[in-house]
Amino acid sequence: MVGFWFLAPVMVAAALGILFVRKAVHAALLLAVVMIGLAVLYLVQDAPFLFTVQIIVYTGAILMLFLFVLMLVGVDASDSVVETIRGQRVMAIVVGLLFGVIVVLGVGQVSLGAVQGLAAANAGGNVPGLAQLLFSKYVFAFEATSALLITAAVGAMVLAHRERLTPKSTQADLAARRMQAYAEHGTHPGPLPAPGVYARHNAVDTPALLPDGSPSEISVSRTLQSHGTVKTAPTRDIDRLTGAIGDGTSNLPVRGSGPRGGIDGDPSDTSRPEEGDQA
Amino acid sequence: MSATPFLVLSAILFTIGCIGVLTRRNAIVVFMCIELMLNASNLALVTFSRVNGNLDGQVAAFFVMVVAAAEVVVGLAIIMTIFRTRRSASVDDASLLKY
Amino acid sequence: MFVPLQESVPVVAPSAAGGVFSLLWVIIALPALGAAVILLLGNTRTSKWAHLLGCATVVVSFLISLVAFVVLLGRDAGSRQIDQNLWSWVQAGSFKVDMALLYDPLSAVFLLLITGVGGLIHIYSIGYMEHDVRRARFFAYLNLFVAAMLTLVLADNYLGMFLGWEGVGLASYLLIGFWQHKPSAAVAAKKAFVVNRVGDIGMALGTMMVFATFGTVTFAGVSAAAGRAGETTMTVLGLLFLLAACGKSAQVPLQSWLLDAMEGPTPVSALIHAATMVTAGVYLVVRSNFIYDYAPVAQTAVVVVGAVTLLWGAVIGCAKDDIKKALAGSTMSQIGYMMLAAGLGPAGYAFAIFHLLAHGFFKANLFLGAGSVMHAMDDDVDMRHYGALQKALPVTFLTFAVGYLAIIGVPPFAGFWSKDKIIEAAFADNLVVGLAALVGAGVTAFYMTRVMLMTFLGQKRWADGVHPHESPKVMTVPLIVLAALSAVGGLLVLGGWIDHWLEPVAGAEPQENGQINVLLMSLIILVTVVVGIAIAWLTVGRNEVPRTAPTKVSVFTKAARADLYGDAINEELLMRPGDRFVTGLVTFDDVGVDGVVNGTAGAFGGMSATFRRLQTGFVRSYALSVLGGAVLVVLALLAVSLA
Repeated sequence: MVGFWFLAPVMVAAALGILFVRKAVHAALLLAVVMIGLAVLYLVQDAPFLFTVQIIVYTGAILMLFLFVLMLVGVDASDSVVETIRGQRVMAIVVGLLFGVIVVLGVGQVSLGAVQGLAAANAGGNVPGLAQLLFSKYVFAFEATSALLITAAVGAMVLAHRERLTPKSTQADLAARRMQAYAEHGTHPGPLPAPGVYARHNAVDTPALLPDGSPSEISVSRTLQSHGTVKTAPTRDIDRLTGAIGDGTSNLPVRGSGPRGGIDGDPSDTSRPEEGDQA
Repeated sequence: MSATPFLVLSAILFTIGCIGVLTRRNAIVVFMCIELMLNASNLALVTFSRVNGNLDGQVAAFFVMVVAAAEVVVGLAIIMTIFRTRRSASVDDASLLKY
Repeated sequence: MFVPLQESVPVVAPSAAGGVFSLLWVIIALPALGAAVILLLGNTRTSKWAHLLGCATVVVSFLISLVAFVVLLGRDAGSRQIDQNLWSWVQAGSFKVDMALLYDPLSAVFLLLITGVGGLIHIYSIGYMEHDVRRARFFAYLNLFVAAMLTLVLADNYLGMFLGWEGVGLASYLLIGFWQHKPSAAVAAKKAFVVNRVGDIGMALGTMMVFATFGTVTFAGVSAAAGRAGETTMTVLGLLFLLAACGKSAQVPLQSWLLDAMEGPTPVSALIHAATMVTAGVYLVVRSNFIYDYAPVAQTAVVVVGAVTLLWGAVIGCAKDDIKKALAGSTMSQIGYMMLAAGLGPAGYAFAIFHLLAHGFFKANLFLGAGSVMHAMDDDVDMRHYGALQKALPVTFLTFAVGYLAIIGVPPFAGFWSKDKIIEAAFADNLVVGLAALVGAGVTAFYMTRVMLMTFLGQKRWADGVHPHESPKVMTVPLIVLAALSAVGGLLVLGGWIDHWLEPVAGAEPQENGQINVLLMSLIILVTVVVGIAIAWLTVGRNEVPRTAPTKVSVFTKAARADLYGDAINEELLMRPGDRFVTGLVTFDDVGVDGVVNGTAGAFGGMSATFRRLQTGFVRSYALSVLGGAVLVVLALLAVSLA
């Protein structure tokens, strides 16, 4: 009982967190909290088998599958704050709360009678008891789920499968293509510059500085850029650097500044876009 | 211990899942909210199982988990496919099937 | 005279067929078989022998008819009605019709006329249609026509008669429009078909009413029960059958198709519009004598129609320059005589049939002669381009002359005997009707003399390059035979043979003609005819005939040239209002019906255009609606459980 009153607020808080965090990874982790809490509640309610399954299959397998897909899709796939459908958010909250209030009230009104407990049902063990039911009363449903799982596996394979339409590029092809790009567009054929090489920082999230003092955007990973975690060199460092070079202008145009997630256009602005998100 | 607090918790979690489905736009997060709703219903099923004194509710919860697993597999594959073609995981972007 | 002599109305009471009479069905079957064989095998496959088959079937039918006729002659008057029951045709509840044939003196005479004259026309057609690539098809249609006409006159009930009636209509449509590449022929065929349908409505309604009244449609059953029906019923029946007869026999007011029907090949004109089809109406009236004898009003209507038509046709015949149309006007006029006679009751039936026979001979002769002339003149039909053909076409001229003398009623040719009898009977009946018939005889003499003068006598008015030549033997021999029949056909009346012959069918002629001096009557008619000839000589024969028709003519001539405005009347009275009615219906359909339909569709379209905006494509909107629905369901559940 104490466990319930301790777990329930945590689970509700975590669930609410899913609604508000902007990063999908965070949402997944909060969901894991809810699920483990549920697993404990299952155990409390005499369902040890479901407790195990909840942790191993749900939290361990399914949720990890979510994380895996998140990795494939890209961690930069986060929501924007602006609601595109007019009235959707307001209506969703109003109707959702209405629904919740009604259901909670309804549940509160219903008299369930005395709780019988599972002591008798679990007399021969919870797992044998479940197995008894699964392979007698629910055997057809059980067999149908096997067909469902096979179908789902094949379906997922078909959906994820992609035919290779062109032959796979060899090293020689790649080299030739790179040289062609250099000939036509002047793209640098060599490796990309390493981050932080010419600056005082050599962390991967700090762009390298070009000889004129401007940061080189291609020196940091694109994922980090879209993730919004790219740091910029501190202003004073740049100032010092430009002073050492003897170039008085500190307001050089910065290449490649995007609407967000890129390198700040104004070096004097120390605030970073992701700070607002995490607030 | 009374069953009502479990049911109320289940209802709250379900409602939160609902609102999440309606407000979030990232398809994966929407999917997580659906999982949250399924889990909330599982909690109710397990609770009812205890109230009734038999294991049928637990079997039902077990089936829900199996179906959820299958659903997640296919659903995530669909999300992957959509993302591959549209470079976006927003459910609002996939709105071509309309008037 | 119009008081029905009810005790004298004959009853059809046939005996079963045996001996040669069991072959009656073969008479119909042979031409039908010929038509079927030729039509099913097709024109090209049968072109070598189709004409022979077509002639053979009709000739064999004629021979059977002749044998049957001779056997019938040998029987006494009381047993001259033979019925051959072939099979049960229609059986639906109390409605039972057998396919059965009735052979009695009336149908015997018709069989001889149809197969005899029809056979001669078939033979003539071999030569006339020689250069037509569709000759085989032509013979198939001729055979079909003969088979239908034989069905008409042999059927022992009104339904079987209706079958033949419609078959004749179909065959005439096919034959009139045989040269379908000519728009005028196609239009004429359609016109004949449509006008005939108007008459057929009378026939169909009459047949239905006969069944409704008597519970049977056989002539025997109806004639036995005729006296029991009310006079009103009989009058309506008589008028319905008169409408039918008007359609088939081209009587006023359904006369308009006959003149246009001359667009068909000339043998068709001879066969259909002289000898057989147009006589079907007269046959119907005479066959239904047991109805007309109880319906004096209908009889009067028949007389009036006949009298009007005989003058109408005669007037048209006076003004036509087209030789076939002049003859067609004459046909109308002569059929008018027959109808007039048929309307006179027992006194006239025999004369109507007698004149019908005589007319069949001489009008077929005249039409075939006209065909021979056209053949010689490169299919030119304008009499103003003829003249002085008696030397070029001696056989045609002589046979045509015999036909001419027969039709105007010069003794001893056939027309004299038959027409005299009718005029006498008309005078005996009513002075006005008699005068109309007498004037008609004079006008007949005028226009036939005009045809003679313009075609065979006078000056040559031929077109350049025309070299008239006598027709081949296959065409002239039928002419000679028909001319002979026209000359001697009057013998049938000697000793009142035809009257007695038809007595079992039409009843005995009341012996009350004594008040009129027959000799004086004949003399008056002859004088009238001579006056007609003289007027024709004075106006046509004495003067030069212009090659083109003069335009400055009297109103009277203009009207006659326009068929006495028959078409104009039809157009103004029927076509225009019908056209307007249909246009109104179309407008109603376009605006009213379509408006409702399109309006409904438009309303739904507009609503859909509005409502489809709900389909935004956003999954989250749909999910919101689903949640709203769930809220309602939960509320309902709560409401139910709390209540």
